[in-house]
Amino acid sequence: MTVLSAHNVSCEKQDRILFEHLSLSLEEGELLLLRGENGAGKTSLLRILVGLSSPQTGSVTIGEFDAHSQTNQASEKLIYFGHKLGVSALLNPIENLRYWCKQHNVAATDADIIAVLDTLGLEGLEYLSVKHLSAGQQRRVSLARLWLSKDATLWVLDEPMTALDVNMVGHFEAHIAAFLKSGGSVIMTSHQRVSIDHPSREFELEYRW
Amino acid sequence: MSMVWSFCKRDIALAYRQRAELMQPLMFFMMVITLFPLAIGPSPEILQRVSGGVIWVAAILSLLLGMERMFRDDFNDGTLEQYTLSPTPLYMIVLTKVLTHWFIHILPLLLLSPLLALFLNMNMPMYKALIATLVLGTPVISLIGAIGVALTVGLQRSGVLVALLLIPLFIPLLIFATSAIDSASLQLPYSFQLGMMAALLLFALAAAPAAISYSLRVSQH
Repeated sequence: MTVLSAHNVSCEKQDRILFEHLSLSLEEGELLLLRGENGAGKTSLLRILVGLSSPQTGSVTIGEFDAHSQTNQASEKLIYFGHKLGVSALLNPIENLRYWCKQHNVAATDADIIAVLDTLGLEGLEYLSVKHLSAGQQRRVSLARLWLSKDATLWVLDEPMTALDVNMVGHFEAHIAAFLKSGGSVIMTSHQRVSIDHPSREFELEYRW
Repeated sequence: MSMVWSFCKRDIALAYRQRAELMQPLMFFMMVITLFPLAIGPSPEILQRVSGGVIWVAAILSLLLGMERMFRDDFNDGTLEQYTLSPTPLYMIVLTKVLTHWFIHILPLLLLSPLLALFLNMNMPMYKALIATLVLGTPVISLIGAIGVALTVGLQRSGVLVALLLIPLFIPLLIFATSAIDSASLQLPYSFQLGMMAALLLFALAAAPAAISYSLRVSQH
C-alpha cells in the first residue's frame, strides 16, 4: 500500500531550480534514504513532502489526503523531524514532550515520557530546562517523539543522527528497524553511514546550478 | 478542547519563565503615563483633556513592544512547524495564541488603568468609557498586530517594520476610542463609537485567524 506519493514536484529557490518534475512513492514498511550533497535540495524536498512548503508544480499525497490542502489530516499519522528541533529551550524535556503529545493526540502520561527519556539516556535531566542540555541531548529530547507516538505510520527525518554519539546512533537505528518491521515507513536524509537492519531504497538528488 | 487548552497552557508556562520580558511593556506603559503630567504641567483640565489620547497611544505602543515575540520563538525553535503539522487547524492554534497573548499582556494593563486614570485626573464617566474602549479595542490590536508579526516572523530585526506596518491600521481604532472618551467627558452618549469598535472586533475575530495562519505558512516557506 502506498503511504506517500509525490507526482511531478518541482522546487525553485532564489532563481535556482533545485529539482523539477520529480516523482517518488513510498510503500508500507519501506525505508527511503534521500541522498545528495549539501544544497542539493533534500531538506526542501522533505518540507514539500510533509506540506510545510509548497512546490512550484506537482502534488503530494499522504494516505488519501493532499499534503498541502489537507495538511492537518495528512499529518495525523506523520512525525516530521526537521533541522529545527521543535522544543522550547525554556521548558524542560517533560513539559516539551507533554505539550507535544497533547497537541498531536498522543496518549502518554508523564511516567511514559520519563521512561522514554530514561531509555534515551536522559535520566536525571528530565526537569532541567532544555537550554541547559548539550546539542546531542537536546536532539534526544526531540527524537523522544518517535518513541512516544504509537499511531504514526510515517516518519520523515531530516538528518536525525547529527550530534548523536555512537551508542545513541545504534539505539536509534535499531528503533527505526523495529518501526519498519511493524509496517511503518521512513524517509530520511543523512550524511552519515546508515546501517539499519532493513532493506532500503536510495533516492539521489543531484546538485544543480 | 484539551488539545486547544494545551497550546494556551504552554504559552502561559513560557510567559512565566520570561517574567522580566513580560513586565517590559507594562513598565513602558506606566512610565509614559506618569511622565506626561510632568511634561505638560499639573493643570487638571489639560490633563483630563488629553488623558484618553495619552492612555490609548501608550497602550498601542506598549503592546507593539511585546508583540514582536508572539511567534518569533516558536518560529526559531521549530515549534511552529510542529503546530502546522498537528491535527488542530493552524487558524485555531493562532487564535488561541492571540487570545492567550491578550490575557497575559493586556489584562494586567487593564487592571493597572484605574491608578493611571487617577494620575491623569479622569472622572468616573471617562474612566468607564476608557475601560469599555480598552476591552473592545485591545483584542483588535492583538489580532491585527498578529498578522503583521506573522508576515515578518522570518525577518531579522523586524520590530520597526512591524510598527510601520501596523500603526496606520490602528488609526481608526484610536479615533473611535478617544472620541468615545471625549464624549464621556462631555456627558454625551458614546454608544456609536463603541458599536464601531465592537464591529471592528467582530470583523478581526472572523478574518484575522485565517490571515495570520496564511501569513505564517508563507513565512515558513
